[in-house]
Amino acid sequence: MMLVVEGISAYYGRAHILADVGLSVARGEVLALLGRNGAGKSTTLKSIIGLVPPAAGSVRFEEREIASRPSYEIARLGLGYVPEERRIFSELTVLENLEVGRQKPRPGVPEWTPERLFAIFPNLAEMRNRPGGQMSGGEQQMLTIARTLMGNPSLVLLDEPSEGLAPKIVEQMAETLKALKQEGLTLILSEQNLHFARLVADRATIIEKGRIRFTGTMAELMADDDARTAYLTV
Amino acid sequence: MTAAPTADNGTPPLEFFLSQLLTGLASASALFLVACGLTIIFGVTRIVNFAHGSFYMLGAYIAYSAITALGGGFFGFWGGVILAALAAGLIGVAMEMTILRRIYHAPELFQLLATFGVVLIVQDVALYLWGPEDLLGPRAPGLTGAVAMGSQRIPEYDIFLILFAPLVLGVLWLLFHRTRFGILVRAATQDRQMVAALGVNQKWLLTGVFFLGAALAGLGGAIQLPKGNAGLTMDLGIIAEVFVVTVVGGMGSILGAYLAALLIALIRVFAVANAGSSLLGIQLWQVELVLIFAVMAVVLVVRPWGLLGKRETLTGHHGAVEPPLLAAPAALKWFALAVLALLVALPGMAGTYSLVIATEILIFALFAASLHFLMGVGGVISFGHAAYFGLGAYGAALMVKHFAWPMEAALFAAPLGGALGALIFGWFCVRLSGVYLAMLTLAFAQIAWAVAFQWIDVTGGDNGILGIWPSSWAATTPAFYGLVLVVVIVMLLAIRRIAFSPFGYALRAGRDSPLRADAIGIDVRRMRWFAFTLAGLFAGVAGGLFAFLKGSVSPDLMGIPLSVDALVMVLLGGVQTLAGPLVGAVTFTALKTELVSLTNYWRLLLGLVIVGLVIAFPQGIAGFVRDRFMAKETRA
Repeated sequence: MMLVVEGISAYYGRAHILADVGLSVARGEVLALLGRNGAGKSTTLKSIIGLVPPAAGSVRFEEREIASRPSYEIARLGLGYVPEERRIFSELTVLENLEVGRQKPRPGVPEWTPERLFAIFPNLAEMRNRPGGQMSGGEQQMLTIARTLMGNPSLVLLDEPSEGLAPKIVEQMAETLKALKQEGLTLILSEQNLHFARLVADRATIIEKGRIRFTGTMAELMADDDARTAYLTV
Repeated sequence: MTAAPTADNGTPPLEFFLSQLLTGLASASALFLVACGLTIIFGVTRIVNFAHGSFYMLGAYIAYSAITALGGGFFGFWGGVILAALAAGLIGVAMEMTILRRIYHAPELFQLLATFGVVLIVQDVALYLWGPEDLLGPRAPGLTGAVAMGSQRIPEYDIFLILFAPLVLGVLWLLFHRTRFGILVRAATQDRQMVAALGVNQKWLLTGVFFLGAALAGLGGAIQLPKGNAGLTMDLGIIAEVFVVTVVGGMGSILGAYLAALLIALIRVFAVANAGSSLLGIQLWQVELVLIFAVMAVVLVVRPWGLLGKRETLTGHHGAVEPPLLAAPAALKWFALAVLALLVALPGMAGTYSLVIATEILIFALFAASLHFLMGVGGVISFGHAAYFGLGAYGAALMVKHFAWPMEAALFAAPLGGALGALIFGWFCVRLSGVYLAMLTLAFAQIAWAVAFQWIDVTGGDNGILGIWPSSWAATTPAFYGLVLVVVIVMLLAIRRIAFSPFGYALRAGRDSPLRADAIGIDVRRMRWFAFTLAGLFAGVAGGLFAFLKGSVSPDLMGIPLSVDALVMVLLGGVQTLAGPLVGAVTFTALKTELVSLTNYWRLLLGLVIVGLVIAFPQGIAGFVRDRFMAKETRA
């Protein structure tokens, strides 16, 4: 397994957000972390990347323990993070946003340059000198992913990549993620949108009220009506 | 400061104005360098670096020493200037690595306080190394001449300075747009956490930013050396102007800092060019700072976020939620009664000197309590609270001096003076929030100080007003002590009453969540304005009593050091309790009295104590106690 999360807990102040959360993903695989609003999906991803350091438990990335290390060190090991709120540097141009994400090439991992990214995200190529703040939501979402890829990650965590996007852009996003999988990247995406997850994910883990409720292949999930109605339907 | 020139020597007005304009532009350069250093540091670290004026001062001193050591000459001079900038940068790095790195997660007030501790330390170190006398700056070789412009002569060095600021602006622009370091700095200014999640180690970024900012301040100090002196008052002298420039220009905007520095230079020019005219018997050059204040006020009313700054987004709440203020438990009330009994019995037990100290402590307890009311209950941080203490003191003293009022009547003028000042300044201040507000309060306090300092006919200038003695019935030390005790206790009870009134609750609602308070119909801004005025009123009472205790008033009563003293008192005692400022006032006044009697270098010790306290208790002493002894509960 490339990433193994075991028994992590996380708090915001006194509020207990995650309890004994565990998940794992193999190299080259796409894992969907599913759950309703507020179930703990974002916090799980933030715990892995070190933005919300877990209070207990372990996170092993390529056999290395990374729990409670600072996030810049975790990122430098090849773990990319695409935040939910996009968090584009609105004052910086597209090219400058990419520059912030740039890290040294990593052996055995696809190496990204702005030109290679523009091939995958043709929209961005047309606005390379535009400030991030003057882009549409969909374009910003693409830029966030491109920015993270500039760090040449081997595993990318995507927090609700389809949220707030027009249906057409959502399809485009699914194609993009499949293309990244083709490149050999491993992905974990948190999602509320089962339809979107089905388009890209191999396996699924369901979280509900901070606890893991289901783990299996996408096909198993689609066969399990009870799990879907209990934890996913609103 | 500029001396008043005479325009009536037959010089054509336009030429005179142009030459004054160039002088003004030249003086804007150093101000711009210091202000943009402050703005860059604030942008990334979110720390308002009070010690920035100290870097400026050190830049001037180090340049002086380096130029002397290098033997002057072209390379000696410019080598010395560059060395001074680099040295200031390295001192900044040392400060960042030893002090600030430990307190990046502390509340902003503690960070400000730590940087003020550095100000005190640097003051005494500079006094030790360079002595108390001002050092006359060397002139710049090759630029000692002057260029004729009509009948006026413009110093070559002024022309160099005028060109130097845009040059630095250009270099900074390239740095921030064409280098990876610069791009990372801009990104970190917006979202530090995201930059970290992208694999950037912030440690060196923050240190690098501190180097850059401090070096710019040092450069500012070094290049103004040929125009003046290196002196010990440079640090606090420039910091208020720098705050004005950054607030007017917009926090984080370098170009804004440049424009604001130019604007202020132009106001100076206007004041100097019209030096002959007078208003209410005050010559116009004397009201230079008041004019600057007026322009700043206009800018902030039209654009509260500054000329080129970003509009502030109103956040749900600032920082950690504070526990509710509760009425003291019965045991504490008994304890308070015991303390009161002791205070009443004190004149029978203590000698005159102790009684004078006790009187002073009581006055400072009221002063600290008034600031605490504003900060702890109102959530408004004031860095210039001494202004209202001083206005109270002057209010009383002026009545005594100019209208021969007796003490009893003059003591009523004191709260009026404090409240009136707070009413006017507060109207502007409550339009801003957080750090911007704190910087503005400090700028206002400096303006009040400057008025007291410059309006010699009325305030006596630097000498202040002497002979402010109590009426005969209160002239003895025990009698005056009794008067102060009664007034202070009545005032403290009034503050307590207000804190627990509906107004106090509304104020606290606005403190904890301005957005929600607004949504339930509380006019947060108006509430804060009232609180500001009330705090000014209580501070004014303390100031009035202080004037009669000392028998005199002086501009020092409005100075930055006294404002910071009050902050230290509040923070020492803890922001969460009403008794906090009282405990803080006793501890701090006793500590300072002891240090001053111990050594001439008491500032150094006090600075070290402040820095040490902030590093040891980054959440404040009360916060420390809470974390330490109530930790089990939260960990569950």
